[in-house]
Amino acid sequence: MLGRIFSTDHKVIGKQYYFLGLASVLIGLALSVFMRLHLIYPDQKVKLFEWLWPVGAAGGIMTPELYLSIMTMHGTLMVFFVLTTVPQGGFGNYFLPIQIGASDMAFPRLNALSFWITLTALLVLLGAFFAPGGAPLGGWTAYPPLSAVGQIAGPGQGDGMDMWILSVALFSIASLLTSINFIATVIELRVPGMTLDRMPLTVWAWFTTAIISLLAFAVLLAAGLLLLLDRWGGTSFFLPAGLVVSDRALNHSGGSPLLWQHLFWFFGHPEVYIAILPGMGLVSTILSVNARRPVFGYKAMVGAMLTIAFLGFAVWGHHMFISGMSPYSAIAFSVLTLTVGVPSAIKTFNWLGTLWGGRLRLNVAMLFALGFVSVFVAGGITGVFLGQPAMDLYLHDTYFVVGHFHLIMGVAAVFAMFAGTYYWFPKMFGRMMNETLGKIHFYITFLGVYGIFVPMHVAGLAGNPRRYPDFKEFEFLSDLTWIHTFISHSSFTVAAAQLLFLFNLFWSLWRGARASVNPWEATTLEWSVPSPPPHDNFGGAAVTVVRGAYEFSVPGRESDFAMQAGEGTP
Amino acid sequence: MSVAVGPRITSPNKLGMWLFLVSDALTFTTLILCYAFVRISSPAWPHPFEFAPGILFATLMTFVLLTSSLTMAAGVGAMREGRRNGAAAWIAATIACGALFIALHLTEWRHLIAMGVTPSANPWGVPLFGAVFFGLTGLHMAHVASGIVYLAILGAGARSGRFSAGDVEVGGLYWHFVDLVWMFLFPLLYLTAVKP
Repeated sequence: MLGRIFSTDHKVIGKQYYFLGLASVLIGLALSVFMRLHLIYPDQKVKLFEWLWPVGAAGGIMTPELYLSIMTMHGTLMVFFVLTTVPQGGFGNYFLPIQIGASDMAFPRLNALSFWITLTALLVLLGAFFAPGGAPLGGWTAYPPLSAVGQIAGPGQGDGMDMWILSVALFSIASLLTSINFIATVIELRVPGMTLDRMPLTVWAWFTTAIISLLAFAVLLAAGLLLLLDRWGGTSFFLPAGLVVSDRALNHSGGSPLLWQHLFWFFGHPEVYIAILPGMGLVSTILSVNARRPVFGYKAMVGAMLTIAFLGFAVWGHHMFISGMSPYSAIAFSVLTLTVGVPSAIKTFNWLGTLWGGRLRLNVAMLFALGFVSVFVAGGITGVFLGQPAMDLYLHDTYFVVGHFHLIMGVAAVFAMFAGTYYWFPKMFGRMMNETLGKIHFYITFLGVYGIFVPMHVAGLAGNPRRYPDFKEFEFLSDLTWIHTFISHSSFTVAAAQLLFLFNLFWSLWRGARASVNPWEATTLEWSVPSPPPHDNFGGAAVTVVRGAYEFSVPGRESDFAMQAGEGTP
Repeated sequence: MSVAVGPRITSPNKLGMWLFLVSDALTFTTLILCYAFVRISSPAWPHPFEFAPGILFATLMTFVLLTSSLTMAAGVGAMREGRRNGAAAWIAATIACGALFIALHLTEWRHLIAMGVTPSANPWGVPLFGAVFFGLTGLHMAHVASGIVYLAILGAGARSGRFSAGDVEVGGLYWHFVDLVWMFLFPLLYLTAVKP
């Protein structure tokens, strides 16, 4: 039993990451429902809130501080423990070695260590809820000065903030170890024949993502170190002179909160691509498999991913247009930001090119992949608005931004995770998921997320600021009440639809129909081994790869797909 | 460890160490850039500045650390020729140099603290000076200290035959990196501030 829990098998670790992400997403989802509930019924006494937070919601009414701490925890859980963990740590760990023909990662013990550090980081983060004063209030960005001065900045800014920093630092270390492992595995452990231009796009995506996290998390780690020094060492890296917090003058001088913004967003922007790139790789594969067509422009897809990764490190300033930066810097960041639109458009064009003329098999994985393209385009177009300083000055810190980043980073990545779950579940657990339940789940979720996030853009255009715990004090927002009511009810619907997914997931785990080796008639190596694959993946056989990853409907061939694995592979 | 079937570029351990060093270098780069940021934005940065006990002392520290790189290289060379005991002796010399560096560095820290330099204050009134100094040298010293532990395990294993020449070489990479970081810190922290 202990051997199974503390396994160094990449497949066990992949599943551990997946379920860690599932637990995190459920908590994060519940927190968002609490926020939406409070926003439209700010005066309603809710027994559940009082039961969960006897201090923060005394009498059942959420205090503004509790609202902010729930928002912070929602963001941190979702960004780190869901968007970063599941596509890379979960699916990547499980399928990267199999897809390149290896029997495990390059450093299996390091891999297990990464998982256990990640789990510790999650527990420390959740522990912040139970710290004196509760969870921190600063959002997932933890901007100083208020994150650097301790308890006087708010109830959660004392011990809760320390736990947040510790958790993020642990998470960074785990991510660094994981990315070292991923890069080494792709470079060292590919089997004969698995040349770079035959690698599935998922492998390219995990590889690129690992390079990004290797560089980005190192910077976040340094920034977190400086923040801890400011809080505990009495230094003033992020604290300027003359600061007065809660009527108390602070004895700091010389630092600048902008320094944190630079460091944080140098990590934070690439983090967006850490969340989305694995999804892009997976969606390319699923579209190709279910359109029975090769990926259109394979090399352009790889080039676009590498370009996005590179540009991702040069655009962090677009998060800081209103920080008082020189307009010349703002223009430079703006031009670079809009340049990201080019490789993104190449990807979208190639996805459409893949679908063009294909015979589509609209299974649930395919539906979620199509949904991914849809929300990626919708969220991407609003990014072009925000990438221009003149527009951003007005829209910054409004619900427009909330709608934008949820669509492109949150929902798109989550759709990719759903697509991945429906696509790979048969391989991971040897059973099929229920397609009918899955389709109901898809349609409610797909319409629901647009029902949540499109109205948010409208509210943002009307000037509705984000992070306000309720709107009843503000006359200019009173006309927008119906929009928020609509958003909240959409979110309740979407949240309820996820119960269908959960039921489908766990029911299929035990009761689903037995899966065959290759239910989707896909070509990559994982579909040549039994479902689920044996401990060492290929049973010690010498695996060879004889062709590219997407040979569908090749003229003159009898079958409309050809496996990557050559003779001798089980 | 897993079985590799394909052609290898280098040993996975060596590649893994190089990748770690890339990310660690970025962590140090971030801190050095922060140093540049606060130094430019603080008009009264102490300059020139008298180090205690003095710049010669810091030069001696640098010399000791550089010597440790030489002994480490000799250790890697001995291991490659199969002289296990020789390698262990060279690694022990490296550890001794590293420990001497830490001892000298802590002496310097003590002198500075006695002068009133702390992370939050100093006699020249630019608190970030101490923050930068102790932050950067502290992180570096932590690297030297963990390097000593790493080398102790490596040296013992090299002697007993548990570790190969390749493993010692990977350890050498880490140690040389820590030295290299100091070769950035010494000019940036000391030489750009010292009295001519």
